[in-house]
Amino acid sequence: MSTRSEAAAAPAVKKPAARSRRQLSEGARAERNLGWWLCAPAVIVMAAVTAYPVIYAIFLSLEKYNLEYPQDVKFIGFANYASVLTSSYWWQALEVTLIITVFSVAITLVLGMALAMLMFRTLIGKGWVRTAALIPYGIVTVAAAYGWQYAWTPGQGYLSAVFNYSAPLTHQINAIIVIIVAEIWKTTPFMGLLLLAGLSLVPDDLQKAAKVDGATAWQRFTRITLPLMKPAILVALLFRTLDSFRIFDNIFILTAGANHTGSVSILGYDNLFNALNLGIGSTISILIFICVAIIAFAFIKGFGTAAPGTSLNRR
Amino acid sequence: MAMTTPRQRVGWGAANFVVIALALIPVLWMVSLSFKTPAAILDPSFWPQSWTTSNYQQILETSQFIRPLVNSIGIGLIATLIAVIFASMAAYAIARLDFPGKGLLIGLSLLIAMFPQIALVTPMFNIERDLHLFNTWPGLIIPYVAFGLPLGIYTLSAFFREIPWELEKAAKVDGATPFQAFTQVIAPLAAPGMVTTAILVFLFCWNEFLFAISFTSTLSSRTAPAAIEYFSGSSQFTVPTGPISAAAVVITIPIIIFVLFFQRRIVSGLTSGAVKG
Repeated sequence: MSTRSEAAAAPAVKKPAARSRRQLSEGARAERNLGWWLCAPAVIVMAAVTAYPVIYAIFLSLEKYNLEYPQDVKFIGFANYASVLTSSYWWQALEVTLIITVFSVAITLVLGMALAMLMFRTLIGKGWVRTAALIPYGIVTVAAAYGWQYAWTPGQGYLSAVFNYSAPLTHQINAIIVIIVAEIWKTTPFMGLLLLAGLSLVPDDLQKAAKVDGATAWQRFTRITLPLMKPAILVALLFRTLDSFRIFDNIFILTAGANHTGSVSILGYDNLFNALNLGIGSTISILIFICVAIIAFAFIKGFGTAAPGTSLNRR
Repeated sequence: MAMTTPRQRVGWGAANFVVIALALIPVLWMVSLSFKTPAAILDPSFWPQSWTTSNYQQILETSQFIRPLVNSIGIGLIATLIAVIFASMAAYAIARLDFPGKGLLIGLSLLIAMFPQIALVTPMFNIERDLHLFNTWPGLIIPYVAFGLPLGIYTLSAFFREIPWELEKAAKVDGATPFQAFTQVIAPLAAPGMVTTAILVFLFCWNEFLFAISFTSTLSSRTAPAAIEYFSGSSQFTVPTGPISAAAVVITIPIIIFVLFFQRRIVSGLTSGAVKG
């Protein structure tokens, strides 16, 4: 880059500039090759596990392919897409997934912000709060989900009185509420930690100046803290939304998708291991992938320059 | 800042207490269940009336749980080791070298960090069957490395940027060989970042459930979270609540130990990549 600007600044001394560009590109080439070699193993593994299966899934999704009838595999165009998109199962699962995503992410954002404030400002026991908050984050989701399942079981769990001993997990709306509660418990700490990092970037002087000017705590929060934290909030929201959209573990243990509580991930899993239908399963995979791409695209549009990765690049 | 009235202190203390209680009650409930006798499982009181260790004896006696526990540890450690090595190489390149495609690599790892795993299960299931990787350790290690890498690349490139690389030159000026400069100056500075990354990647592998139930079919490679699913009661009609709770507690203990020892590192690792990036 420096050679280009030098060349542009001093067009009179063309020859030496051109020579130094060639010499620099010798060194740059060595550096470039080393960079590529160092990144190669990571790129190969990541591409082999994600890009290749996705491309393969596109092919599978255009085929009639049921593992029960392995001889009867043939190309059928977009027929699988037609049958998934006209099936009530897909739309039902998508609706459940979106409801869980919207509610759990929205509530997690509010609670996560409160947790971040607490971790940032608390005067005593900072270490204790952080350690305690990390336990839900680190705990095996499946283990926690069993705890929740037993907690809501009528006559045996400590929370069963909340739903009047009525077995909430056998009722669609109550079960979805229980699933959302389990998600919120598990993911609020992560949200809180991401927001805490954003919070610590807000300059203290600004807060003090506003305080001197007579701003209330709420005004300082909405006028200074929130606008300055916008990039951190958007990154945290993007991560949490896409993570929530692929919800599987909690639902699998709590209801296994019974009573119309299955997410799109549960649908994909059931289709593969109960129906053994690779064609339809791959179609569901591709549709989920498209949904995630749409969500990510919408967020990144909203990010503008604050998109994750761009600042990493810049530095 | 220095002014802290007793009332403020009580307020913060109460808020802290609520957070700690909310975080711990579900965990304590599992611990309590795991010490209840089969008859007392149906008793909704929070703590057991009489404590028993029979649930633990039951799960630790059979290979139904021990073998998956060994799988979980082995698969987790191998995947973590490979992911940290590959991620260190890539993160070093990102932090120190100038080469085209850097932005693409960061974009790719971000994409994978947010990738819907279920979208891979159907095609990977078929690929693993074809390559005879289904129901083997490598069949889980490979996807775990792939999903651990973005986490590692993000965390480590943030760490590597902070290392004062001039020290390496200074050591060479003082007569150190390049190898000495690396092992005695740079490696100790990079080690904390690598430990943090290793913890985060291991936690991911230890937690993972969807691949674990999809790409395994027997005890030979099933990991602990997936194996709990297959626990059976003492008879067909009893739900194995006690043993499942005991197993859940056993797989939770390493997490709690990690968190207690490495709290600061986990926090810095989780936030460095995500927000600064």
